[in-house]
Amino acid sequence: MSHPTLAIGGTVFLPRSALRDLVTVLRKRGFTVIGPTQVEGVVALRPLTSGQELPRGVRDEQGPGHYRLVPGEPDLSFEYVVGPDSPKRKFFPPVLNLFQFHVDRESFVLDAGPPQVPKLAFLGVRPCELAAIKVQDHVFGADDPRTVRCESETYYCESRRESFLVAVNCTRPGGTCFCASMETGPAAKDGFDLALTELRQGFITAVGSVRGLEICHDLPVREPSGAELELAELKLHIAHEHMGCTLDTQGLKDLLDQSLDHPQWADVAKRCLSCGNCTMVCPTCFCSTVSDSTELAGPKVMRTRRWESCFTHQFSATTAGPVRNTIRGRYRHWLRHKLGTWWDQFGMSGCVGCGRCITWCPVGIDLTAEAAQIRAHSQNSVPPVEEAPV
Amino acid sequence: MPPDPPASGKSPAPGNSASHSQEEAPRAAIRPRPKLAVYKFSSCDGCQLSLLNLEDELLDLVGAVEVAYFLEARRQVQPPPYDVGLVEGSISTPEEEDRIRQVRRDCRMLVTIGACATSGGIQALRNWADVGDYVAAVYAQPKYIHTLETATPIASHVFVDFELRGCPVNHGQLSELVSALLVGRKPNIPTHSLCVECKRRGCACLLVAHGEPCLGPITQAGCGALCPAAGRACYGCFGPMEQPNILSLGSRFLADGRSAREVKRALRQFNGYLEPFKQGSDHYERLEQGKH
Ligand code: SF4
Ligand code: SF4
Ligand code: SF4
Ligand code: SF4
Repeated sequence: MSHPTLAIGGTVFLPRSALRDLVTVLRKRGFTVIGPTQVEGVVALRPLTSGQELPRGVRDEQGPGHYRLVPGEPDLSFEYVVGPDSPKRKFFPPVLNLFQFHVDRESFVLDAGPPQVPKLAFLGVRPCELAAIKVQDHVFGADDPRTVRCESETYYCESRRESFLVAVNCTRPGGTCFCASMETGPAAKDGFDLALTELRQGFITAVGSVRGLEICHDLPVREPSGAELELAELKLHIAHEHMGCTLDTQGLKDLLDQSLDHPQWADVAKRCLSCGNCTMVCPTCFCSTVSDSTELAGPKVMRTRRWESCFTHQFSATTAGPVRNTIRGRYRHWLRHKLGTWWDQFGMSGCVGCGRCITWCPVGIDLTAEAAQIRAHSQNSVPPVEEAPV
Repeated sequence: MPPDPPASGKSPAPGNSASHSQEEAPRAAIRPRPKLAVYKFSSCDGCQLSLLNLEDELLDLVGAVEVAYFLEARRQVQPPPYDVGLVEGSISTPEEEDRIRQVRRDCRMLVTIGACATSGGIQALRNWADVGDYVAAVYAQPKYIHTLETATPIASHVFVDFELRGCPVNHGQLSELVSALLVGRKPNIPTHSLCVECKRRGCACLLVAHGEPCLGPITQAGCGALCPAAGRACYGCFGPMEQPNILSLGSRFLADGRSAREVKRALRQFNGYLEPFKQGSDHYERLEQGKH
C-alpha cells in the first residue's frame, strides 16, 4: 500500500470505521492508549481498550464556570473540545511516589526506586494541548536534555520520549477557547505523530513523524480527494473565526509589568476563591511540592510529589510567613506568570489559550476578561488625577 | 524526615542540657516512649474510632507510645502527666468546662481531633437557638438536664497546641499527626482548599459540570475528596480553608438560584460555629431576613 501522499508531511484519508483499528494498532505496538471518555458528565482522559469507548454524538457547552455535555451530531466523534484533564496528568502525574527508603542503623536503604515510566499513546490531543506539551517539554527539559535546570524532570522526559501523539484538529471550538489569539490552534502545525481533521466519512490525516508513518502502513488509509482536503481546510478556517474568547496579546507582557497597582487586581480578589482549580487544570502549570512521610513507628520513609498551586498559602511560605499573603497578590502573580513573566523565565507564553481555567473556575473568572479590563483602564487611558471625578 | 542521630544511650552532659533552647526541651523528653492520653467530651466517638481503625499502625503505635489513658480502648489508666493528649468532643456541660482545664494541666501537648473538638461540632447549632427550647422538646423531665447554653470548641476554653480537622478525622492525617509528634516535627497537614485534592484525584467538578452547591472551594483539604469522588458535593467537614472567600462562593450559589437560607444552612453544619463559616452563615441569615 503506497500513495504519493503517504510520507512525513503528507496527508492521507482514514475512513471512519478505521478509528477503531487505530486504537488496536497502537495497543499492538505496546502503547497504553489514552483518549477522551465520557465519565460523570465530563469528557475525561482515560485508558482506552478499544475505539468503541470514544464518545460519539456529544458536544460540550463551555462558559465561565460552566460545563455541560449535550447531544451533538450522532456520527461525529470529536465535537467536544478539551475537558478538565490534559496529557499533563500522565506525563507529570498529580501524585507520584518518588521512592521509599528505610533507616538501618546509620544508613539509608532504598526499598522502592523511581516509578516505572509508561509507554503512552494519546488519541485526540488538541492543538492547544500540543502547544502546552511543547511548553512543558521546555520547562522540564525534554526538548534539550543537555540543559539541566531546577525544573528538569526525569519522569516527564522519559515518558514523553516514549509517547505517541495523535492530534485532532478542532472544527468546533469551545465557549472558552482562544487558541486563535495565542496562535496555537485550531489546526495543529507540528509536534504530533498523526493529526486528524474530522469529516463525516472519516479523517484527513496529516503524518508528522516516522512513527506516525509506520502506523499508517497498518491502517486502511487512502489518498484524500481534492474536495475532502478543501472541506477540511474550510472547516478549520471557520473554526478559527468562531473562538469563544479572544485575548489581545499585543504588548501584553509590558502592559502587565506596568500595571502592578492596577485597581482591577483588588476587584478580581473579591471574586477569586484562591481555590487553585485554574492551576490544577492548566496544561502548562508545573508547580509541585515534595514531602516525606514517615510510618507511625517503623523506620520507613516515603517521598511523594504532588501538584501544588501558587494559590495556596504554603506555596510562598518562608520562615517569616507567606510572601503572597492576599488573594490579590496571588491572582496577580498567577496572571502575570501565565501571560507575562513566563516570557522572562522560558522565552514563551505560559498560556496556550485552552480556556480550561475559565471553564473550571468555580466562580467563572475569565483571564481574557481580566486582561482586557487591565488594558482598557491602563495608566495611559486613565484620565490624569486632577481631572478624575472625586 | 530521618530522626536525629541516636544519642547511643548516653544522657546529655549536664552543662549541655542547660544550654538547650526551650524548643528542644520537650522534644528530648518525648523520645523515650511518650505517654499518650485520649479524651472524650461531647461527641459521637467517631474520631476515637478512627484512631482504633488505624489497626496495623496502631500496633506500631502501642510499641512507640505508652497508651496511658484511652477509656474507649482500655480500662487500665495510668496517672498523669501525659506527653500528648488527644481530645475529641466539644464543651457542652459545666462538668466538661472544669474537666478540660484539668486535662490541659495534665498534658504537655494538647491536640484536638475532629470537628466537635475544633469547632463545637453539630451540637453547636444550639448556639443560635435557645437551649431551653431544645431540652423541653426532647426530654420528658427537663429539670434533670444540666447543660450549657452553648457547645464550644476546646480552644475557647484552653490553649490548644494543634487542631486536626474533619468529621471524622482522616486516617492518613491522624497517623501523620501522631508520627510527627513522635519524631518531634511539624505535621504536614495542608490548609488549602479541597479543590486541590479533588483535582489531583481527577474527579469531575460537581459545581461546574453539575451545578451542585459544593463547599470544596472554601473547605480545607484533608479527606482526599471523599464526597466529590462519590458524586456528592462537599459538606465542609474539614471546616474553612486558609482565607476562604465565602461571599464569592455564596454569590455563585445565589446566582444558580439557591436561596440565602440554603446558603446559610450549607455553612451551618459540622463546622458551622467555626470562624469564618460562622460569620458567613450569619451574613446569609441576615440576608434571609431581608436585613441587607
Ligand atoms: S492559563 Fe488558562 S487558558 Fe491559558 S493555558 Fe492555562 S488553563 Fe489554558
Ligand atoms: S501560575 Fe502558579 S502554579 Fe502555574 S506555573 Fe505559575 S506559579 Fe506555578
Ligand atoms: S481564578 Fe478561579 S479557579 Fe483560580 S483560584 Fe481564583 S476562583 Fe479558583
Ligand atoms: S467538586 Fe467541589 S471540591 Fe471538587 S473541584 Fe469542584 S468545587 Fe472543588
